[in-house]
Amino acid sequence: MKRAVLLIACALLAAPAFGHKASDAYLTIERDGRALHGQWDIALRDLDNALGLDANGDGQITWGEVRTREVDIAGYALARLAVSSGGERCHLVPSAWLIDTHTDGVYAVMTLDGACGQAGPTLAIDYRLFDGLDPQHRGLLNFVEHGESRSVVFSAESPHRVLGGDSDGPLAQFATYMNEGVFHIWTGFDHILFLLSLLLPAVLVRQARAWRSADSFRDAFVDVAKVVTAFTLAHSITLTLAALSIVVLPSRLVESGIALSVVLAALNNLFPVVADGRWIVAFGFGLLHGFGFAGALHDLGLPTGSLALSLAGFNLGVEAGQLAIVMLFLPFAFALRSTWAYRRMVVAGGSAAIVTVAAAWFVERAFDVGVFGALAAR
Amino acid sequence: MLALVAQAKPFVPADDDVVLERLPEMGDPALVELKRMRAALMANPRDLDIAVPVVRRALDAARRLGDPRFLGQAQSALAPWWQSDDAPPVAILLRATLEQSAHDFAVSLRDLDRLLAAHPQMAQARLTRATVLTVLGRYDAARRDCATLAGIAAPLVVIGCEAAPASLSGDAGPAYDALMQSLAYAGADAAVREWALTLAAEIAARRGEPAAAERHFRAALALDPRDPYLKAAYADFLLDRGRPRDVLPLLRDDTRNDMLLLRLALAEQRLPDRRDAFAAHRAELAARFDAARRRGDSMHRREEARFRLAIGNDPREALALARANWAVQREPADLRILVEAARSARDADSLALARDWIRGHHLEDATLMAALGEPR
Repeated sequence: MKRAVLLIACALLAAPAFGHKASDAYLTIERDGRALHGQWDIALRDLDNALGLDANGDGQITWGEVRTREVDIAGYALARLAVSSGGERCHLVPSAWLIDTHTDGVYAVMTLDGACGQAGPTLAIDYRLFDGLDPQHRGLLNFVEHGESRSVVFSAESPHRVLGGDSDGPLAQFATYMNEGVFHIWTGFDHILFLLSLLLPAVLVRQARAWRSADSFRDAFVDVAKVVTAFTLAHSITLTLAALSIVVLPSRLVESGIALSVVLAALNNLFPVVADGRWIVAFGFGLLHGFGFAGALHDLGLPTGSLALSLAGFNLGVEAGQLAIVMLFLPFAFALRSTWAYRRMVVAGGSAAIVTVAAAWFVERAFDVGVFGALAAR
Repeated sequence: MLALVAQAKPFVPADDDVVLERLPEMGDPALVELKRMRAALMANPRDLDIAVPVVRRALDAARRLGDPRFLGQAQSALAPWWQSDDAPPVAILLRATLEQSAHDFAVSLRDLDRLLAAHPQMAQARLTRATVLTVLGRYDAARRDCATLAGIAAPLVVIGCEAAPASLSGDAGPAYDALMQSLAYAGADAAVREWALTLAAEIAARRGEPAAAERHFRAALALDPRDPYLKAAYADFLLDRGRPRDVLPLLRDDTRNDMLLLRLALAEQRLPDRRDAFAAHRAELAARFDAARRRGDSMHRREEARFRLAIGNDPREALALARANWAVQREPADLRILVEAARSARDADSLALARDWIRGHHLEDATLMAALGEPR
């Protein structure tokens, strides 16, 4: 008997279109620099399905039953939404709770406030609400920035999107990722300090345990070119290997290793061990920095469709950003290379400052403690 | 602007006792049981013996209530077997059922083909495949599947399976007679009888026998007064017969179901004293089609084409939807909206396509011929 009933259920299912719609949630995210504002409408039925809102089991959900579970709802939902900018997670917290009606029922409305560590060119969003509970759930995002809005639909099949910049079409995608690469090198102070530490002595020549000025701009240029090329080559190799998941290193190891590389590079200016072969140092530690870039790219997400193009765009962006720094630095350093101020203040003083900052980074990253935070709190 | 109708401003309820939502399981023991079984499945998500009844109940709820959220629950219960090619047969069968209900007919057929190649005696898989093939207009293949059901399924199921494709490919008369004969024997399960009576009513209506159709629709409604498919079919029949007022009591309590709300609005449109209700329902439908479109659903194209043509007065958009829909599914209702939209939009291509289809398959459908403006 049971069997016949199912036969019919199956037979008729093909015919009609369904009434109401499947599960949706409506998310609005507005970005203004580092600041985020948002609103998330989630159906009470779906929340009940995930968290059991109907406390007294009478088949009805009251405002009291929603209100007493606000912390749980926010915890559940926000654990399934990752927003990041410039390779860093942004923080979102609920600011108010309301109720609204959509075409298929009543929704809890959670307004959100938040901030990103940095205002990167793009915003990467990973949406997995009701993951494992309802594969047909969709997250309908309305993203607003600079007064323009854009719609994105998240589903179990495509939970990840990079917004801002125009990520439609392979060329636009390439430009978006290149932009991200530039942004990452300019805001990634550890990479800049490492490069500067290696470049500071490039306009000088080490002779008989003392620095003297380089004779020609050409000599200085060749020295810089060797360092930059070695660094670029090395981090391109590891960035590619890591982005394609061929080699994966734990991020704590990579990040503290990068901090250590900055300490050592700056120390080398104060107590020179390596003078002519700085390009070798650039190459060796460059391998480590490549893993760091890959970490940023991982948070951003690589589109499966144009993976190679996006990866190349990001890498080229890093190189372009780095070349811009070198081009600013070199004429300035070359002009000042014979002065006392450059040798004592910039090279020696600057390197000492870099050692201090990078050592603090190293302690923070390796032992997971907040040195700068603790200092700022005093 | 219409989309805003259903979205008033968010508000803070007056006090804790305000009831915001009534869950579907309220007063529905089958859904309470489904909820309990799903909780048990959470603890053992890879246990097929727990998953199968959950999927069956969720599928039944989806059909009974016309609520696709239950399809999401069914799919989630099948998650461990959703991707794998060597899932157990029952899991593949249920997967194929879900795929066809999402109108992924090609994917569903691929699963069913493989399943039947390995298990030719699996009656349920065969009936499901026949249904999918009928929706796609592949009547010969559907009839072959139905023929092999003889002996492994109840006689009325075999006859009904055959009647659906046969009635659409030149054998409406014999198919109807066979259904009548088989229905004359008592004994079949009520759900099977209801299904067969609905089928008989639809065939009678297509053959231009409204009195017989009316009788079968009423007999079917007596067996299951809530079946949304049956209610939609009967409402369409009443609208075709110029009886919009009879639609009102039939669908009064079904406004949550888009498919049925559309029929209700179509009836109200023709009744001057229902002007206010019509305006409200028109706005509500526009908001719902908009919501479906936003999430990327394409399952509502047939209904939306009808809405755009008859209520929205937009034949161009209706025709685009009807053509896109016809590319996916080929039931008489799909052909009907294509013809009506094509006539309004004066699209000779679509009309020629419809005439070729009718001629090529010897389709007998009185209202369709009238819509085409051709002698019966």
